[in-house]
Formats: sequence, structure tokens, C-alpha cells
Amino acid sequence: MTSPLLGIEGGGGQKNAKFTRYLGLSDCSSVDSSSISEVNKSSLNLKATELRLGLPGSQSPESSLTSSEKLDEKPLFPLLPSVDGICSSSTKTVVSGHKRIFTDAIDSCSEIKGLSEGNWLFSGSNSDPSKSVIQGNFVGNSNVNEIVSSGDQSNKVKTSNPPAAKAQVVGWPPVRSFRKNILATSSKNNDEVDGKPCSGALFVKVSMDGAPYLRKVDLRGYSTYQQLSSALEKMFTCFTIGQCGPQGGPGRENLSESKLRDLLHGSGYVLTYEDKDGDWMLVGDVPWDMFIGSCKRLKIMKGSDAIGLAPRASEKSKTRS
Amino acid sequence: MTQSFPEEVLEHVFSFLTSHTDRNAVSLVSKSWYDTERWCRDHVFIGNCYAVNPRVLTRRFKEVKAVELKGKPHFADFNLVPEGWGGCVDPWIVEMGRVYSGLEEIRLKRMEVTDEGLEMVAKGFGKLKVLVLASCDGFSTDGLAAVAANCRNLRVLDLRECEVEELSCHWLSHFPDSFTLLESLNIACLSSEVSFSALERLVSRSPNLKTLKLNRTVPLEKLSTLLQRAPQLVEFGTGAYSAEGLDAYSSLAEAFSGCKKLKSLSGFWDVIPAYLPAVYSVCSQLTSLNLSYATTQSPDLSKIISHCHNLQRLVVLDYIEDTGLETVATSCKDLKELVVFPSDPYVADANVPLTEQGLVSVSQGCTKLHSVLYFCRQMSNSALVSISKNRPNITCFRLCILEPRSPDYLTLEPLDTGFGSIVENCKQLTRLSMSGLLTDRVFEYIGKHAKKLDMLSIAFAGDTDLGLHYILSGCDSLRKLEIRDCPFGDKALLANASKLETMRSLWMSSCFVSFGACKLLGQKMPRLNVEVIDERENLNSIPENVPVEKVYIYRTVCGQRFDMPDFVRIMGKDKADVYNLS
Repeated sequence: MTSPLLGIEGGGGQKNAKFTRYLGLSDCSSVDSSSISEVNKSSLNLKATELRLGLPGSQSPESSLTSSEKLDEKPLFPLLPSVDGICSSSTKTVVSGHKRIFTDAIDSCSEIKGLSEGNWLFSGSNSDPSKSVIQGNFVGNSNVNEIVSSGDQSNKVKTSNPPAAKAQVVGWPPVRSFRKNILATSSKNNDEVDGKPCSGALFVKVSMDGAPYLRKVDLRGYSTYQQLSSALEKMFTCFTIGQCGPQGGPGRENLSESKLRDLLHGSGYVLTYEDKDGDWMLVGDVPWDMFIGSCKRLKIMKGSDAIGLAPRASEKSKTRS
Repeated sequence: MTQSFPEEVLEHVFSFLTSHTDRNAVSLVSKSWYDTERWCRDHVFIGNCYAVNPRVLTRRFKEVKAVELKGKPHFADFNLVPEGWGGCVDPWIVEMGRVYSGLEEIRLKRMEVTDEGLEMVAKGFGKLKVLVLASCDGFSTDGLAAVAANCRNLRVLDLRECEVEELSCHWLSHFPDSFTLLESLNIACLSSEVSFSALERLVSRSPNLKTLKLNRTVPLEKLSTLLQRAPQLVEFGTGAYSAEGLDAYSSLAEAFSGCKKLKSLSGFWDVIPAYLPAVYSVCSQLTSLNLSYATTQSPDLSKIISHCHNLQRLVVLDYIEDTGLETVATSCKDLKELVVFPSDPYVADANVPLTEQGLVSVSQGCTKLHSVLYFCRQMSNSALVSISKNRPNITCFRLCILEPRSPDYLTLEPLDTGFGSIVENCKQLTRLSMSGLLTDRVFEYIGKHAKKLDMLSIAFAGDTDLGLHYILSGCDSLRKLEIRDCPFGDKALLANASKLETMRSLWMSSCFVSFGACKLLGQKMPRLNVEVIDERENLNSIPENVPVEKVYIYRTVCGQRFDMPDFVRIMGKDKADVYNLS
């Protein structure tokens, strides 16, 4: 019924027989050979060819995504990228446009601790790309693993038991955002949550003057203004560059973080937010926790439009407490 | 060949066909049946707005009264589709406004709706009766004000789980004082206050009002006023269900007891348990109860549920616990649908005593149960087998074990046999969502048994391309497949390319599908749009064998779309492939 797109040699036989021949399983010699020659699907031993996606600290019986050695054993998937390819494509951040610049962002152990209520749990092998998309954070393979294993976090890495706390994966569990936020804010009614930090994602929309579409960021993915600011700069560079004119400099991929910041500041953009009262304030005036508690959305404004916001922000925080 | 029936007779016969699948089927019989059918179809359903375009719609169907359109893929609900992807309804409104002056019903799901679009609706469709916006965004209260002010014939305004920019609380006042036709109003998704006096006046002058779903900001003290104005209500959603002290209790209880027709209750944000008994007088009438915002403990939940002997649909948080679900199993013998949401999705060890046992109890006690959405932290193969044997009549089974790749907690094995049992015993299963540790074997079971399966959602599962191949080659009725974080790649996809044309759509994110395969698929299959959604930079310099971030494949008669942001590419199409239909 379904015709394969690419040619399959040999006629007849079960669909699955065709498929496994196509995969080259029957020809393969370097894979665990116990039953490869049998086309009977129930005895196909694909264990050695398993490619598992390793979530940090996940308790799958096999270890998480293989080291380069295991991959070399697999001529079955010629279309698969090299280990590096997998690494760089899977360790993405939803926020960043610069997926390959990982290492600068993570400065210290303590920052990692603060990033989410959980910890960065990596299974420890050197080229271990986490397939989970960690919202808003920059995942550097070797760097982070070093940091994690050298710090306190190492004793929390359990490969065979469920992790003590979760690294947040975008879109998981599959619960609508409005449902997550509501539960977080009604935690005062629930004794069990007392004393625990508010968990759950907090997505807010980010718009920028002149940009054709909005983005969304999860404020709970950051713990400082610095992180949020870097993330937003990276997210919106494609729009900023367009506005830069002659001072734009070399192509996007050659811009370092500091140069981006200069561009943004040089071209006079400021970050503002709308709070629960509907007022627009400059970002950065109030303590971080207070900020995420009251921020409804973000806007990157031209500096000229933002004049006059700063005094109100500090006044407001005085009158609030 | 002469036609045996005159057209009028054929039309009369077709008028008894209300399901769009039936209508689609008869239109394929012959050219003359196609022509007859298209002149008399007045309800049109478009499951993927990009499968056709507005012009195709208006050229085929001439006298449409009701339109239903769906936009973004389902995983957009979980933030997997970046903002700006598409699904804007405005071009549809423009074209329909040109042709369908008699349009009465517009139902949109996961579409981007702008204020300008709403204004066009308001001014262009004078006969509009029903406006349902489900999971839509992009509009503000200004657009709603335009609808309120201009839609003289509006009966239903249902904002179901939308994201609305709330600029003003006064949009409700834009309904003219002379407007008395309202039958259904759902504003539960709004987070800001609406003008209560406008709301009260509107309710007072709407004798046909059957559905009223308030938002969280409407205080409990005001509920009795509203209920007294509208004792004919059939569906009611409260606001925040809490107050200082108990003064409001007796008037609230009295107001509820006056609602003899009430069948559905929802809302219950910030519940104060002491106020729950106010609804006891209507519990035995209820067929639907949504307590999914009620962060109150099991005993309180159990008490109210134990009064609801006629309940058919229950939505609740995991605070209900296994004991509460046992109450459900003994008290709610008519239960058809159960939904249990997680109270604390991000904490691994939340100590909430809701386990697989709760679901097993309900499956034993509620013989009419056919639809389940259940979030929990542990599951076993034996529980799944029991459930499948207790309830072979299940048609929709969605299980989410919060920790990805959790094995059977008793045996530490994969949950293949459990889910296999579900598809084998529940022969009418049309929708399945799986979680937990799953190998290729479970997909073998699904391909073999799940012949009626229409929609399948998979996450963090499978071992090799064989898994995907089993599904695509085995599931005869499959129309919607969504996959995330599974090791499925090019081979199974390309080997089953023609299957994809029989489906509405396929979503794959964080899998191993390469750029090259997407391009090849797009080139070989002109009636599929292979959309690569990838937010990395320099896509042109990424090698073809590198996996894409996300790919969304759907059948279409319209070729490429041209409203894509820069992170979306339709692969393998030349400009020359575009069908020019205007």
C-alpha cells in the first residue's frame, strides 16, 4: 500500500522484510549479530543499534545518547550526522539565534544552581548532548559537564533513579501555559507547596518596535537580568542588524556578545515591561523576584520612546512596599 | 450515462447528511454528485487552513452558513510552535466577506485573529450568530468591542482558552441596550476585570442565556446576583470561589437551588472549601463538572463529587487522589469522560497520592467510560492491561506519566505490553497519547491492532526507525501524527511517503529527520508541504544530513504558502510548482 520513495531491491515478502533489508540490517556485520540475518521482526535484535535520546539523568536502562564509539558501530544510518552534528543540533536553546556560541554564557557554578529549582543533570559522559531543550539556557557540552561534575551537583546525578528535580523541557509535560501559571499563583492555598519555590514556566510575550513578529520567553528560565538581557539580545539581533546601517559590521555569525550589546545600546534600544497595573516600566529597577512576579510582557523600545519611564519605576517600587 | 435521480431529489437526500466526512464521500461518487453536493453544502469544515486557501473555498461552495477552521498544529498548545508561524484568519475573512454575506457561524481553533479581522467580521457578516474562538490569539478587547457593537444577531460568543490582550474592561458595554439575543457567553480566559455592571445588565436582558462562563475576577459575592437574573442557565462557570467570611453563603446556596436546569459547572478558582456545599442542591443534575482550578484537598472534592450521580464528564486536579477516584467509581456510574490534570507538573516527587490505581478504579466502576486524559507519576503494565480489559469501549486514551521514559514502576520494564493491551482490547480506539518507557515493540503492536486510530501523540519513545515505520504502514485510519524527541529519522519517513498524503498532518520535532530528506520528500510529493521550522541561523550552510529542529508535513491542494516567517521553509518546491487558482 505504501510505496517506498527510494528503491528497494527484491520483490515480495513482508513489508517489514523489505524494510529491514532496505535498512541493510541483514548485511551488517559489526552490529550484534545474534539475529540480524533473521528477517522475522520479533527476533530482530536492535539493542546494539539503539539510539536513545538521553535526557539529563533519565533512568532508561541504557545510558543516554551514545558516545562516538557506539555510533561508529552503526553503518545502518548513513544519513545520521556525526556526533558533533547531533550535539550541535540537539543542544539548542529556543531563545537563542546563535546556537553555536555556548561556552561564554555560563560563568559559574552558582549561576547554574540558580537557573531553575532543579539542577543540571548530565549523565557524565563527555559528548553527551542533552536532547531536552532547556528553555532560555545555554548548554555547553563539555564546559557544563565539567562544572556540574566538579560542583555539588554531582551527587545529585542519579542515572538509575528518578532525578530529585527536573530540568525543564519545553512543552513537557503537555499542559497549557495558562494552566501552569494559575496553579503557581494559587499555591498559597495548598499547604504542600509552602516553602518550595514556585515552579512552572512563566511565558511572556516579547515584542520589539519594527520587528515583524513577537517572541515568547520563559522568565523562570533566568535568574538575573543579565541572563534575560543576553537572551533577548540574541533573539532579536536579526531585527537589530537590519536597522544598524553602516555600523553593522561583519556578518551575524562573527559578532561577539559584547559587540551585540554595543549595537543594541548604541542604536538606543531599551528593555521595558508592562506590569500588573498596566504601566510600562524600565527593566532592571526592581529586584528580580519582584520583577517576574509582576511582569506581564516585555517590549524592546527605542530609547527615545522610553524617556520618562525610569523615574516612575523607582517611585513605584517605593510606594509598593 | 443518465443520472437516475433529478438534482432536486439528490439534494433532498444530501440534506440528511450532516457529517462533513459523509459529504466529502458523496462528492467523490461522480461529477454530477460533486456538483449537486457543492451547491447545497452549507457547513464547511477545514481541519488545516493551509490544506486549501480562501479562494478554493469560495469557488467550490457558494452558500455557506457555517465555517470551521483550524490553524496551528496541536503542539502549539505546548509552546512548540514559535510565534509568527502563521495561521492568520484575516485572508479568510476578507474572501468570505466578499462571497458569504449570509454567514452565520464562525468557529476557529488555534488561529491568529487580529482586531482588524474581528472588525471585518463584525461589519461584514450582519447575520452572524455564532463566534467561537478556541485557543486563538492576536486580538484584544478592542476587537471584542467591535463584535459586541455590531453583531446584532449574535447568539454565541465563546472565547475558549484564548489569549486576549486586555486593554479595557468596558468592551461588554458595547453590546447595545436593545440587544437581547445572547444565548452563550464564555469569557473564562480573560485575566483582567470586566465591568460587572455591564455584565449584570447584559445578563438581565438576555432571557435566552443558557451558558455563562465568568472569569476569575468576578467575585463570589456577586454570583448570587447573576444567578438570580439567569435561573434558566444550563452551563455556569464561576469566578474565584472564595470570600472573606461566610456571609455570602446562604444567598449563594439559595441562588444555586433556583437553577433547575443547570447541568454544567466550572470555574472554582481559589476555592474555599466551606463554600462548596452551596452547589449541593444542583449536584444531582450535573452532567459536567470542571474542578481543575480547585486547589482543594481530596475530602472536599470527594464530598461534592459523591453528590453527582448523573455526572458524565469530570475534570479535576490530581488533588483528588486515588481515594477520590474511588468515590467517582462508586458514585458516578454514568461517567463517560475523565480528565485529571497535574497540580505540580515540575516537581518530581510531589507526594500526591494519585497513582495508576485511581484510573484502574474508575475503569472498573464506570462502565460507560470512553475518554481518558490522565496525568500521573507512575504506571505499570498490569494496570494498563486491567484498564484495557475493564473498558474495551475506550475510544480516547491519553496518558501522561510526568517523568519522560518512566518504566513500569513495579518491574522496571518498558510499558510496551501495557499500551499494547490497550490497542488490542480497545478496538474502537481513535485517539492515543503515550508516555513512559517505550521501545519499538509498542509501535509494532499499534501498527498491528490500532486500525481505527485517527490521532496518535508520541514523546520520548521508540528505538529506531522501525517504530515509525510500524505506525505509518500499519495504522490504516491514521490522520494526525505528532512526535517529539524520538529517534525516528529519514528512512521510515521516506519509505512511507505516500502514506503522508492520506493524512492531515505529521509533526516531528527533536527527531532525526534531516534537511536532505525533507527536501527530497518535498520534491517527490508535490501535494505535500514539507515545512521545516528551524530557528537556527545560517540554515543554508547547515549540511543536508543534519537533523532539522522541527518538521510539519501536511497535504495541500494549494502548494506553498507565502505568509511564512523566516524560520519556516517549505522544502523542495520551486516557485513554478505553485498552483495558480485565481
